[in-house]
Amino acid sequence: MVSLQAMTALGAHQAVVVTVGPLTITERVDVALASVAVRRGRDLTASAKAMGVPLPGPSQHIGGEPYSAFWVTPEMWFIEAPFATHEVIADLLKAGFGDAASVTEQTDAWVTFDLAAADLAPVLERLCNVDFRAVPDGHSTRTMMEHLGIYLVKHGPGAARIYGPRSSAQSLLHALETAASAL
Amino acid sequence: MSQSHRIEGGQIDRAKTVRFTFDGLPYQGFTGDTLASALLANGVRLMGRSFKYHRPRGVLSAGSEEPNALVELRSGGRQEPNTRATVVELFEGLEANSQNRWPSLRFDAMGINDTLSTFFAAGFYYKTFMWPKSFWEKLYEPIIRRAAGLGSVSREEDPDEYDKGFLHCDLLVIGAGPAGLMAALTAGRAGKRVILADEDFAFGGRLNAETFAVGQSSGADWAAATVAELASMPNVRLMARTTVLGAFDHGIYSAVERVSDHLAVPLAGKPRQVLWRIYSQRAILCGGATERPIAFENNDRPGIMLAGSLRAYANRWGVKAGERVAVFTNNDGGLRTATDLQARGVDVVAVIDSREGGELLPGIRHLRGAEVIDTSGRLGLKSVTVRQANGRTEEVRVDALGVSGGWNPNVNIHSHQRARPVWDASIAAFVPGADGPAGLTVAGAAAGVFSTHGALRTGLDAAVSALGLTGAAELPEAEDAPVRITPLWHVAHGKGRAWIDQQNDVTVKDIKLAQQENFTSVEHMKRYTTLGMATDQGKTGNVIGLAIMAELTGRSIPETGTTMYRPPYTPVAMGALAGRSRGREFKPFRLTPSHHWAVEQGATFVEVGNWLRTQWVPKAGETEWRQSVDREVLATRKSVGICDVTTLGKIDIQGTDAGAFLDRVYANTFSTLAVGKCRYGLMLREDGIVFDDGTTARMGEHEYVMTTTTANAVTVFRHLEFCRQCLWPDMDVQLISTTEAWAQFSVAGPNARRLLEKVVDQNISDAAFPYMGAGNITVGGLRARLFRISFSGELAYEIAVPTRYGDALLREMLAKGAEFEPIVYGTEALGVMRIEKGHVAGGELNGQSTALNMGLGKMVSKKKDSIGMVLSHREGLVGENGYRLVGVKPVDPKGKLVAGSHFLETGAAPVMENDGGWLTSKVYSPHIGSDIALGYLKGGDRKIGQRMRAVNLLSGLDTEVEIVSPHFFDPEGERLRG
Repeated sequence: MVSLQAMTALGAHQAVVVTVGPLTITERVDVALASVAVRRGRDLTASAKAMGVPLPGPSQHIGGEPYSAFWVTPEMWFIEAPFATHEVIADLLKAGFGDAASVTEQTDAWVTFDLAAADLAPVLERLCNVDFRAVPDGHSTRTMMEHLGIYLVKHGPGAARIYGPRSSAQSLLHALETAASAL
Repeated sequence: MSQSHRIEGGQIDRAKTVRFTFDGLPYQGFTGDTLASALLANGVRLMGRSFKYHRPRGVLSAGSEEPNALVELRSGGRQEPNTRATVVELFEGLEANSQNRWPSLRFDAMGINDTLSTFFAAGFYYKTFMWPKSFWEKLYEPIIRRAAGLGSVSREEDPDEYDKGFLHCDLLVIGAGPAGLMAALTAGRAGKRVILADEDFAFGGRLNAETFAVGQSSGADWAAATVAELASMPNVRLMARTTVLGAFDHGIYSAVERVSDHLAVPLAGKPRQVLWRIYSQRAILCGGATERPIAFENNDRPGIMLAGSLRAYANRWGVKAGERVAVFTNNDGGLRTATDLQARGVDVVAVIDSREGGELLPGIRHLRGAEVIDTSGRLGLKSVTVRQANGRTEEVRVDALGVSGGWNPNVNIHSHQRARPVWDASIAAFVPGADGPAGLTVAGAAAGVFSTHGALRTGLDAAVSALGLTGAAELPEAEDAPVRITPLWHVAHGKGRAWIDQQNDVTVKDIKLAQQENFTSVEHMKRYTTLGMATDQGKTGNVIGLAIMAELTGRSIPETGTTMYRPPYTPVAMGALAGRSRGREFKPFRLTPSHHWAVEQGATFVEVGNWLRTQWVPKAGETEWRQSVDREVLATRKSVGICDVTTLGKIDIQGTDAGAFLDRVYANTFSTLAVGKCRYGLMLREDGIVFDDGTTARMGEHEYVMTTTTANAVTVFRHLEFCRQCLWPDMDVQLISTTEAWAQFSVAGPNARRLLEKVVDQNISDAAFPYMGAGNITVGGLRARLFRISFSGELAYEIAVPTRYGDALLREMLAKGAEFEPIVYGTEALGVMRIEKGHVAGGELNGQSTALNMGLGKMVSKKKDSIGMVLSHREGLVGENGYRLVGVKPVDPKGKLVAGSHFLETGAAPVMENDGGWLTSKVYSPHIGSDIALGYLKGGDRKIGQRMRAVNLLSGLDTEVEIVSPHFFDPEGERLRG
């Protein structure tokens, strides 16, 4: 029987934790991710509630167990869950939403970095045009870092998660490290 | 060397001596000096040579408007030309050199140009170097460029780093003089998020250069106290050494922060400069005003300076510009220079005041109704010739002259979006008009309010009004002197040259010539004379030039108008604009799932957009790329080859209307495709030209997966989103890219199935998984996808697993299928095999070709409407003699082909009329044993079997070729169905 060993987006078998200047970057390979889009004229409220899947409003992230979610575009969300228990997150969500939603696995489309610092604003202002100081905790947005389209979720003044294109993981990490080292 | 011209006072730290060199000679200054103030303190007046005439020049100003004192700083990779000595913050070990001179600044051989000045008047290029035409590029231009010019570049790589960033605020205050400080203080105390930016390294603006009091303290002390209060506010960001460069849409301003320019070398890891994009709710321009000179004969000698700068050097830097000083003014401001200098013990020998009558300054020789008509001193001012009101002329021995022709508000940023400034006769200057950038107001001298009180008041009012504040802080008391000026632009006397734009060597004569030759529009005058086109953008010269043109044409100054103001406000280093996007970091890379394996194998990579794709994978002993590629092709066709095709765009299309949606975006039909099957699709643009192609699989009743070409992955997705959101918002369709979510490999060759059977869990026999089958499978229990599609003409599959397992899948396929001796092939072998099979790709999908051109005309279904269907049948696109895709091979197998060659009939001359089409793609086919190519040939479908020539004049190739079917290999498709 074939057994495939996973490789991280950075080409390793272990997630990396890097500290540069004030910034600690933790690669997260333990997050399963799927997109959920409402099919036309359908309502996901009841089935989402039944599954415990939050469906936040624009620019919002709502955390939960096991499902967290952030809004990405009208009528569409990214749902997060622990990879160990929810690797087949798309199948699980499809089962819950039935034909009322279009669900697509997104886990490996992204590289996930948790960013931590006493204050993330000085490093993020070198990387993207998000007004990180002003937006509330739980703010989520699409933005650009180093020419790459990413999702940024603010969990606190010193905590954020970014999702960047998986194939550019090395370039993105390099940009984060460079910005932090130049502060 | 002693600082012979240092006087008491100033805001320099005399305890901190700073050593520096200029043209190799050692000097000393103090912390707080600029290079210009330190050179003046050492009695150095000669700092540069002019652009065209190589005239000796000294410092004119004390700020960023400086046209003359341009120097080269540092050396090697950090060498920086055209730096204004007036804004260079002195640091220990600073190396500065004069520029545009040879062999030395004092003796410049190119100074001959000054003697030949008659030949170099405005427009001389256009008149003189017209003939013979071919001489321009090879002879005239190099000579002129050598003689006229500014600094030089070292051509070494800049070792420093430049960063970019984004800032947000309620209020951006541009300039930290009295108006800016008051505006920032008002907004900061109200709790607003404020950014206060100033190009200077010290905040305070003219408060540091004047002797006025603010409240109970000196202006400079008040500025320092205000800055201290602002610095204590967490909602205020103070940005010194930061020039706001321009106003852009929606309250966005760009600014460059010179983080490390005042250091010999940036601190480790720190950027030299940061280019900021500032998002502001409101902005106040408090950029002050720039003094303008008066044009008179030989007004460009070292030692002749702006009067306000002369007193700035005395008041701020404790420097006297000369031992014997005179002032030439048309306004009260110039008088302050005389009184300030005299108060500091400088010998003020005369004030030459062009205004008639009025009060005289006590204790100073104050000549009313007088003018300076000429000067002397080759390398530095020795005397001025004064014509008094009674007509008598007198030569006055001086080594410094302060000139004031009035002040121009710095309206630039307010005018960056085409707002025209308006003329204010009361101050004889242009002030900001009403139609500036939304959200931007102007205060202080930039608004034409020149008194200290006025600046403080308008700064406060602007902040209150911009932010809707209620209740304002108290204003400190300050002088509120009126502006008293009688305009004087140039002194009409003699035939010599009177400079207007000192940096570009534009004189009053040049303006007269422009007028004489009818270049009277201000924009024409600018381009004809080059007025205002130098690195200083005419900050000191423009208004005089247009005022003189107004006089010459009999129009008013407002009728004459100003030229357009554009960003950047001051020159910006290219490095700052590039930021970190340089060298290998010019763009991010995208790595395929097999990248790390390929690196281990020593593969060669090719950039495809941001992707690094494996081009070929050499084996031991292969010394030349063709050996590797030929082997990869032959091994694939003989047994099995694997290629990473993750880079192809993958778009998940779901919804109850997904099939109908695909029918509209593809030229052929997809709604009828059975679940578990895939189909080749052709996508047209609205104009009927082929946009993209790829295979789309139906994975479920309402679920499709589309693949696109690597190149068009983004544009196709964007196009589909446009169709979904804008064209057919009523359709139930949801889209999301899954390109990166799946690692996908093509497994091709006669043993492809046998190899895959070793890794997949399901039965994939021909019966169970026929040609063009598609479905979800598992690999060792792991979710995976399989598509039976072929780009090579072989029995082939594409297998996909979640990306994190892609590397392992490749290794597993190679290991488990070892008995089939599988190889991994790259994009070159891929290209060979697709051309052997006659599949179109980049060279054929060229954005100019139709389905009919590609031999795919029947794919455009007329049974349904689709984007591009109607226009693809335009008359001009369907003619029988249109281009058709053909295969091409040389008649002599040794004959060479090259892509881009044109088809010619035997014996036809290689001219456009005989052009039959061109070769779109060419490879060497190890299967055929010769070069082969695809091409678009007029009426090509009727020319199969004919002989023609493939001619490439650039390569010198003229090869006899045979036109054949584009399907060189297995034209019946037996192998891929096997």
